[in-house]
Amino acid sequence: MKQFQYIRPATQQSVLDAITKPGARILAGGSNLIDLMKRGVTSPDKLVDIQKLPLKGISKSTGNVSSISIGALELNSAVAENKLIKEEFPLLSMALNAGASPQLRNMATVGGNMMQRTRCTYFYDTAMPCNKREPNSGCGAMEGINRMHAIFGTSEKCIAVHPSDMCVALAALDASVEVKSKKGTRYIPFTEFHRLPGETPQLDNTLTTGELITRVIIPHNNFAKNSYYLKVRDRASYAFALISVAVGLDIQGGNIKEARLAMGGVAHKPWRLKAAEQFLKGKPATVANFEQAASLAMQGAKSFGHNDFKLKMAPASIIEALSNAAKLS
Amino acid sequence: MKQQAQHTPPFTEGINRVDGIMKVTGAAKYSAEYELPGMTYAVFAISNITKGIITSIDIKAAERAPGVLAVLTHLNAPKVPGYESGKDPSKPPTTGGPLKFFVDNTVKYNGQPIAMVVADSFERATYAASLIKAQYKKEQHETDTEKNKFKAAAPKGGRNGGDYKRGTPDDWKTAAVKVEQEYVVPINVHNPMELSVTLAHWTADDKVTVYAKTQGVKSTQNAIAQAFKLPVENVQVTTKFVGGAFGNALRTWPHEIATVQAAKLVKRPVKTVLTRELQFNTVGYRPYTWQKVSMGASADGKLTGIIHEATAQTSSFEEFTEGTVNMTRFMYACPSVGTVYKITPLDVNTPTWMRGPGEATGAFALESAMDELADKLGIDPIELRIRNHADTDPENGKPFSSKNLKEAYEMGADKIGWSKRKLKPGTLTEDGWLIGYGMGTGVFGAGRGRATVKAALLDSGTLLIQTSVTDIGVGTGTAMTQIASEIFTGIPVKKIKFELGDSSLPPSPTQGGSTITSTVGGAVHDACTQLKEKFQQLIGNGGTDKPDYVKVLKEKNLPQLEVTVTSSGSTEMRNFSSYSYSVHFVKVKVHPKTGVVRVDNVVSVADSGHIVSPKTARSQIIGGAIGGIGMALMEEGIMDHRYGRYVNNNYADYHVPISADIPQIDALFVNKPDYRVNPMGAKGMGEIALIGMSAAVANAVYNATGKRIRELPITPDKLLA
Repeated sequence: MKQFQYIRPATQQSVLDAITKPGARILAGGSNLIDLMKRGVTSPDKLVDIQKLPLKGISKSTGNVSSISIGALELNSAVAENKLIKEEFPLLSMALNAGASPQLRNMATVGGNMMQRTRCTYFYDTAMPCNKREPNSGCGAMEGINRMHAIFGTSEKCIAVHPSDMCVALAALDASVEVKSKKGTRYIPFTEFHRLPGETPQLDNTLTTGELITRVIIPHNNFAKNSYYLKVRDRASYAFALISVAVGLDIQGGNIKEARLAMGGVAHKPWRLKAAEQFLKGKPATVANFEQAASLAMQGAKSFGHNDFKLKMAPASIIEALSNAAKLS
Repeated sequence: MKQQAQHTPPFTEGINRVDGIMKVTGAAKYSAEYELPGMTYAVFAISNITKGIITSIDIKAAERAPGVLAVLTHLNAPKVPGYESGKDPSKPPTTGGPLKFFVDNTVKYNGQPIAMVVADSFERATYAASLIKAQYKKEQHETDTEKNKFKAAAPKGGRNGGDYKRGTPDDWKTAAVKVEQEYVVPINVHNPMELSVTLAHWTADDKVTVYAKTQGVKSTQNAIAQAFKLPVENVQVTTKFVGGAFGNALRTWPHEIATVQAAKLVKRPVKTVLTRELQFNTVGYRPYTWQKVSMGASADGKLTGIIHEATAQTSSFEEFTEGTVNMTRFMYACPSVGTVYKITPLDVNTPTWMRGPGEATGAFALESAMDELADKLGIDPIELRIRNHADTDPENGKPFSSKNLKEAYEMGADKIGWSKRKLKPGTLTEDGWLIGYGMGTGVFGAGRGRATVKAALLDSGTLLIQTSVTDIGVGTGTAMTQIASEIFTGIPVKKIKFELGDSSLPPSPTQGGSTITSTVGGAVHDACTQLKEKFQQLIGNGGTDKPDYVKVLKEKNLPQLEVTVTSSGSTEMRNFSSYSYSVHFVKVKVHPKTGVVRVDNVVSVADSGHIVSPKTARSQIIGGAIGGIGMALMEEGIMDHRYGRYVNNNYADYHVPISADIPQIDALFVNKPDYRVNPMGAKGMGEIALIGMSAAVANAVYNATGKRIRELPITPDKLLA
C-alpha cells in the first residue's frame, strides 16, 4: 500500500475544503474502499474520514408532499430496522437486509453503499485487464468468466454490474440524493445517480469532484402494503444477486394504480423497468399481466455466455416478485 | 482372532470438549498468535504468468523500502542443503517431486512465489513485495482439465495407479436396465478459517523451533530436518491448536521450507501467514475430476456390471492421486467391475487431499448413478442398495470386520420421514416450493496404525497422557480423555490431562484419513491399561476400583508412575475388510421459478463402531454434512484459463455454506463396537461425514425437480437451463 494522508475533519466545510482534488477520497464505513486499497485497485493520496460529521438521522418531513430523509452516515443495519422505514418503505428494509452480511451492514453507511464499486473479478485483480480500473486496458469479463455480469445497458468497454441491493430499492422508490459542494447544494434523482458504462466505465456515477453525499430523500408513496424485494443468489446470505427485483405496487380494488419496478444484478446501475411499470398501470394484478410486464422488461437484453441464464431467470424473478408483492400466492 | 471385548460402554452423552472453553474465550493460542522477540514477517511476491521463465527480477526498490531485512529470489536465496542432494536432474523421479521455491527461474503456475520479502512488520513486507517487478518469457500454458483430458494417463506411481477388473465389466452393456453418465466435480478449495502459518526461529546454528499450522508435527519435523540436513531432534515443531485444515496441512509445502530458510538468513524469527488468495494455489485443493459411470442391472435390480472411469488434474511436476474410483470395487455385490483412473498434468500447483478426499468425488458419481438406476428401474433407491448389499468384500472375498449398513439405512429413513418421498420426481410441493428427498452412501477404510503414548500417574493426582498428535479441531483431545477416563474410572475428567501437538512427545501419525481415534485412541487405551496394571502390581493384590492414587504414590515415595507404550493393530486384521459407513438423507426445497435450492433437513447416520466421544462425534458429522452441502451446492474454484488465474480466490466469491444455508442436521450413530479394529471398538468418521453427501443432495434435487445435475455445484442457473 502506498503512503497516503488521513484526516478526520469535524465540520462539513472542512470536508468540502479537503475533497477538491481527485486524489482525495471520502471514507465512511470503509467496507469497500479499504478492500480496494488493500488490493491495489485504488490508491488515494488522501482519505477524508467523515465519521465526525452530523450526517445521521432518519426523519419525516411534512410539507406538500411528505418525505423521509435518511442521513448519509446512517448504517445499513440501522435503516433496515428503523420503525419509520419499516412502516413507510418496507421495500427498502427488505433490500437492505438482503445485502451483504450482518457484520458488513453494521459498518456500511447509506452514502457508502451508493458509492461501492462493482465486484467484477477483473476489476479487483490488478493482473487482469479492466477498462473500469485502467481505462483502455480491455475488458477481461466480456469473453471471460461473466456469470455475474450485466445483460442491460452494457457497452463494448464494460459489462460490470452495480452490486448494491439498497440502491435497487431506492431507484424503485424514486428517491433523490442530496449532494453538497463548495458550489452549494444539488439534488440528483436516484435513477440518475448511477450511470451506464458507455465509453467511460471508470465513472460509476454522476458525482463530480468536490461533492459530498449528505442525505437521501424518499417521497411518500402508497406501496407499503404491496412491496417485495426478491433476491436470487447462490447462497442464502452474504452473496451478491444473480438477479434481484424490487417491486412496489399501489393496488386499489384489485387494480394496479401505480407500479414501481427495478432490477439488480443486471446492469451497471439499478435498472428501472419503466415499460413494465407503464404496462401494469391501471391493469388487474394477475399473473398473466405480470408475464406480459416481464416480457416487456426483457426487451433489449443481451447476454455474454456464462450469464445466458439471466435471460430466463430475470423474467421469472420479475413475475415471482410481482406475485409476492400482490400477495397472489 | 482374540476378541478384545473388555467393555461396551453405554452410549452416553460423553464429556464436554476439553478445550471448548479455551476456544470460545480466545485462550486457545493458535500458531499465528505466537510472538517472539525480534519477530519479522515474510510476504511473497507472486508470478502473474502461468508458465515460463523469469528473465529479470528487480528487487532494488523492495530492498530499500522501510523495515525490509531481506528479499529472497532464485538469484540470491541461500541454498537449502536438502534440495541439493541425491537426484540427477537429467533423470526426474517417475512420480515427480514437490516444487522448491527460489531454486531456478522457471514459473510453473500462476501465483507461484518468485520472491520473499522479510520485514519488521507484515504491512511493510506487503508493501515491499508490491514493488518487486519481474520480466518473463511466457510459454503457452494449459490449466483446463476438460481440454487436456486427451493427455490423461495412468499414474506412474502411488497407491491409486493401475486399472482394476473383475469378471466381465462390459456386461453392463447387455443388461436389461442401463445407466451411462458423466459427472464432474470441480476444483474445491479447503478454505479453513485458519490460514497457513509457519513461524521459524533458529535457536542455534543447527537448531530450529517452528510453530506451524500442520496436521502432523512429526511429519513437519522430518521434512524440515531433511531439507536442512539436521538431526531430527534439533527441529522442534509445535502445533497446539488448528483452526480447521481439511487436508491442506497434511504435507509440508515449499513456502514452509522457505520460511525456515529466511529465518536462517536474517537470524531472527520469521513468521509467514499466507493470504486468503494464496491459500488457493499454495496449499492444495480438491482436483477437478471428470468421471463416467456405466452400470447395468437385471430387471429385478441386481447389478450385472459397472465401469467407473475418472480423470483428474495434477501438476506438471508432481503426480497427485487419490482413491476416486476405489469404492466402486467393493461397495456393491456386483460380479463384474472395472475401474480406470487417470491423471492429466497441468500448469497448476499440485492438488492435495481434501476431506473425504477422492472417495467423496467418486461417491458423487457412483451414488448419483445408483439413484439414476433406481429411477429407471422404478424402485426405491434404498431398496436398490439393499438388493445389491455386499455381505462380504467383493474385491477380495474377505469378511467385513463389522458392517451395519442396512441398519443405518433404516435409522436414517425413519428419522427423515423417507416414506413421504414420491418415486416420481417433481410431484411433492410445500408452499409453492418443490420438495425432494435423496440419499447417498459413504464408505472409507477403517484401519489402525502405530502410535506411541506415554501415560503417567502424578502424585498430584493428575493422569498425564502425552503423544505428538495434532487435533485439527475434531476433538481428539476430548476423545482421548474420554478413553482414559473409562479405564481410570476413579480419576475425575478434570484431572486427566492430554498433551498433544509437540514433536518432542512420543510419536503419533499425522491427523488425516480418519485414523486417529483408532490409532492414537488404541495406544492411549493400551498405555492406560498397562499403567493401571503397573499400579495394581505396586499395591499388590486387593485394592479397590477407586484407589487413592495420590496416597499410594506418596507412601511409595514415587513422584510419578509411568509407562510408554507403542501399539498398532493386530496382524489378524489382515483377514478382514474394515470400513466405516455413512448414509446421508437430505430433504431439499427447490424454487420452481428461480432454481434456488434450500436444504431443508439432513439426517446423517454413521456406522463407525463404538462412538467414543458422542459430543465431538456429533459435531464431526454435522461439519462433514455442511462440507457436503457446500460441495453439492456452491463450492467451485473458478479459473479463467486464458490467464491460468483464479477469479474467485476470496471468501466473498468462493462460496461455502453460511449459517442461513444450514438446516437442522441430525447425526445418528449405529454405535455397534468393532473390537477387531481396536480395543474401544471404534472406527474413524472424519471422511464418511462428507463422503456421499453431495450425491444425497443431487439426488434430492432430482427427486424434487426431475432434473439431474451431474456437474457440481448445483447452482440456480443449472436448474433453469
